Amino acid sequence: MSIAGLFAQLLAVALALALAPLLTGWVNQWRAWLQGRRAPGLLQPYRVLHKLFNKESVVAEHATPLFRVAPYIMFGCMALACGIAPTLSTDLPLAPAADAIALVGLFALARVFISLAAMDIGTSFGTLGARREMLIGFLAEPALLMVLFSASLITRSTSLANIVETLAHQPFAIYPSLAVAGVAFTMVSLAENARVPVDNPATHLELTMIHEALILEYSGRHLALVEWAASLKLFAYSCIGLALFVPWGVAEAGTPLAIVFAIPMLVVKLAVGGVLLALIETINAKMRLFRVPEFLATAFLLAVIALLVHVLLGA
Amino acid sequence: MLVLDWILIVVAGWFALGFAGIAALRNTAFVARVLFPAGALLAAALAGFAAAALPGSPETAVLALGLPGLPFHLRLDGLSAFFLLVIGVAAFGISVFAAGYFRHGEGTPPGLMCLEYHIFLASMALVVLADDAYAFMVMWETMALSSFFLVTANHRVPAIREAGFLYLLIAHIGAIAILLCFGVLQANTGDYTFANMRAQSLSPLWGSAAFLLATLGFGAKAGILPLHVWLPEAHPAAPSPVSALMSAVMLKTAIYGLLRVSFDLLGAQQWWWGVLLMAVGLATALYGVVFSAVQTDMKRLLAYSSIENIGLLFVGIGLGVLFNAYGMKALSALALTAALYHVVAHALFKSLLFLATGSVLHSTGERSLGKLGGLMRRMPWVAWLSLVGVLASSGLPPFSGFVSEWLLLQSFLFTTGLPDSFLNMFVPVLAAGIALVAALAGYTMVKFYGVIFLGQPREPKLAHAHPSSPLERAGLVWLGAGCVLLGLFPAQLIDLIDRVTQLLVGGGIADTVRANGWLLLAPSSPDRASYSPLVFLLVVSVAVLLAVVLVRKLYHGRLRRAPAWDCGYPAQTPRMQDTAEGFGQPIRQIFEPFFRMRRELPSPFDAKPRYSVTIEDHFWHWLYLPVAGLTSRIARGIGRLQQGRIAIYLLYSFVTLMVLLLVVVKA
Repeated sequence: MSIAGLFAQLLAVALALALAPLLTGWVNQWRAWLQGRRAPGLLQPYRVLHKLFNKESVVAEHATPLFRVAPYIMFGCMALACGIAPTLSTDLPLAPAADAIALVGLFALARVFISLAAMDIGTSFGTLGARREMLIGFLAEPALLMVLFSASLITRSTSLANIVETLAHQPFAIYPSLAVAGVAFTMVSLAENARVPVDNPATHLELTMIHEALILEYSGRHLALVEWAASLKLFAYSCIGLALFVPWGVAEAGTPLAIVFAIPMLVVKLAVGGVLLALIETINAKMRLFRVPEFLATAFLLAVIALLVHVLLGA
Repeated sequence: MLVLDWILIVVAGWFALGFAGIAALRNTAFVARVLFPAGALLAAALAGFAAAALPGSPETAVLALGLPGLPFHLRLDGLSAFFLLVIGVAAFGISVFAAGYFRHGEGTPPGLMCLEYHIFLASMALVVLADDAYAFMVMWETMALSSFFLVTANHRVPAIREAGFLYLLIAHIGAIAILLCFGVLQANTGDYTFANMRAQSLSPLWGSAAFLLATLGFGAKAGILPLHVWLPEAHPAAPSPVSALMSAVMLKTAIYGLLRVSFDLLGAQQWWWGVLLMAVGLATALYGVVFSAVQTDMKRLLAYSSIENIGLLFVGIGLGVLFNAYGMKALSALALTAALYHVVAHALFKSLLFLATGSVLHSTGERSLGKLGGLMRRMPWVAWLSLVGVLASSGLPPFSGFVSEWLLLQSFLFTTGLPDSFLNMFVPVLAAGIALVAALAGYTMVKFYGVIFLGQPREPKLAHAHPSSPLERAGLVWLGAGCVLLGLFPAQLIDLIDRVTQLLVGGGIADTVRANGWLLLAPSSPDRASYSPLVFLLVVSVAVLLAVVLVRKLYHGRLRRAPAWDCGYPAQTPRMQDTAEGFGQPIRQIFEPFFRMRRELPSPFDAKPRYSVTIEDHFWHWLYLPVAGLTSRIARGIGRLQQGRIAIYLLYSFVTLMVLLLVVVKA
């Protein structure tokens, strides 16, 4: 572990915590523009967080401690996820603590806790949200794992930092397996981050809501933490996607100055990615809940095909 | 004195406790307060001795029991010691729990229960110690019979008698296959010791025959497809400590047998053995987890989840066989380490969950998920400890189940390098199946936990549920602590497993793991893959604590209690929560071809709307009912011979005599 590595690590987590709401705001702004609405300000998510933190938390009478602990655990999991995703540098002291498989486990841990918390109050919406969230989770998780496996097989490592380092050093070539995996990853990310066409983050309509039903009972600081964790999740997913499929511009060990260039590079990549996300959300309609398994099964199959393509072609 | 002698003393102690139970047949207090705790201490001693024996060289003993000229050979090597360790550690927690559990009068008198329970324990220990086919089969049958009587403890209920019969039937189909397997292995030498079998080199054909018989025989005990049907019947029928013991330990003796025969005795030579085990294992795992997700009885749900875990173990062992057949010792050791790690992890979390259902059953009298709910407030100890078990069972970091899942997936990722290109393709696809099973296990466990412990009580009587007794809690704490420690310190257990893999395939991963430092779990080089549960836990905890402190410091910690919000709907009742059926509905819809489903939907005009759905296993109708029908048809055909009239029987004798005479004359 080097001083530069430690610095890069702290910087990466701090940057993620600070920028994640901004990314959400950026996507929301573009979505509004693309849909011909007047957009809220770029800093709106920060204002919302500030407002929620100031409000008192209202908790159901019979809620157990699990309900109150869950947002913090979700937040902690997402903070670690942002810590191990190679956003700025691949020289991360935390990277050996959790590889790609553990990262998937980390997301699953957060999902299980928030679903259990939703079931804790025992309202019709909470359990409905938990059921739907777990449904999406169990379909998306293996697909995500398969995408990461394809990358791991190419680079012969499951450590995210090593995957990115190896991919960035390969001579530029289009890997058919990575191309297929990229499509699968995009589909999984949409589902996991409660985006159109799987879920609509802007609705409270009972027939369609998934993520919102899950967190319906939260208020005040708990809700703020959940929202912040959700934007951290989007940030982590975006960073992982960028690291896997556009791995250039990430700093490596022994080049402390490269971080200075890595930051604007990351911001540019995220900005472009955010616009693309808003575009996807605008040109797609939300699908019925029971089309979601088909959507995610397609992602899973694509990811498996990516794996097979790699094994067959060796690329 | 040899360690083996000490272990035999423990086993003899269990027998003695059992017979002491007969002496105090109806004295519940004596049995629960003295005999079961004593049994627990013996289990702890067994675990200690087994751990001490693991690094040592094999020890043998010959007991002058059994038939004249056919004594029991016993042998304690790394593989036996490892499984004795599993038996000891799990049995300690279960016996402590049982001391608090068997306080009410169940169907069978407590003293008899004590006898059956301790003979069950002793026979499992002797199964893994046996070193000849005769001793093995005697102990195997003792194990089957004692557990049969334990399953039918509440024998006045017809359904439980039926479950017991089914269990006994399939156990014996398995036993016959194992017996035949030993018959093949001794290769006409007439010497049934394992030492002789090890020395024989069978032709590929006979070797495969022995392997297939072993897979069938041990598979029947372990509950692999299609011999799994007894498991979801027998486990719920038994009292909870017995279900825990069967699921956590007895199924593992089948895994032991499979490892003993396929690696130790047969040398795991053929690559297709591995492929067969993996294919069967994956099918079993997927089948088990899908059925587990739609169950409405909490113990049946756990029983199906055991089937899933056994499937995963078979996949791990199959991968080990595959690598071993191609001479890839290090990879074989990695796959086997994953499987053996999962043996211990599953033993702990599944007994924890089964015991928790026992506590719930005692305090509410309900086994059906549809009538539970909200128990976290009434039984906080059981609920929080079950949460540990649930997280471990879902394979989530940093708990025990994740370590074995991680190791298993790692061993899949190392496969490209097999000499066969078809296998290179086939194996990663299996990894996709494993990922799906693991994710579905999470779904099932959220359902299990959420419906029992969270939400609002679905029945008024749940408001009077009483908390568990101190001994029950102690047993649960032991098992829960095991789940946490195994999750956080994997290198220590891998060190022990290394002795077993050295014995089975002549390789291990402990040296590499040790070289990479105690903090990091890295089966090859840290560049390739690494996982550190301690750092993982530490970082998440620090982030959580910082969030708590900072939120309170920068803003405030005010909290108000109010009725649940539920989008402002005022008339909500506990009946509006998801039932177990409701939570399983997406799985029923997505995996519809898996089930044989009968559904009764109410129409909007029904005065008394009724909704019912029953789910059955296809295998009943595809395999079991046809076989049963054929058997009874044949029996009826033979039954026609029996006419009940002397004249007819004399005629039979006369005809037989004539035919025999004809044969003799012709010859």
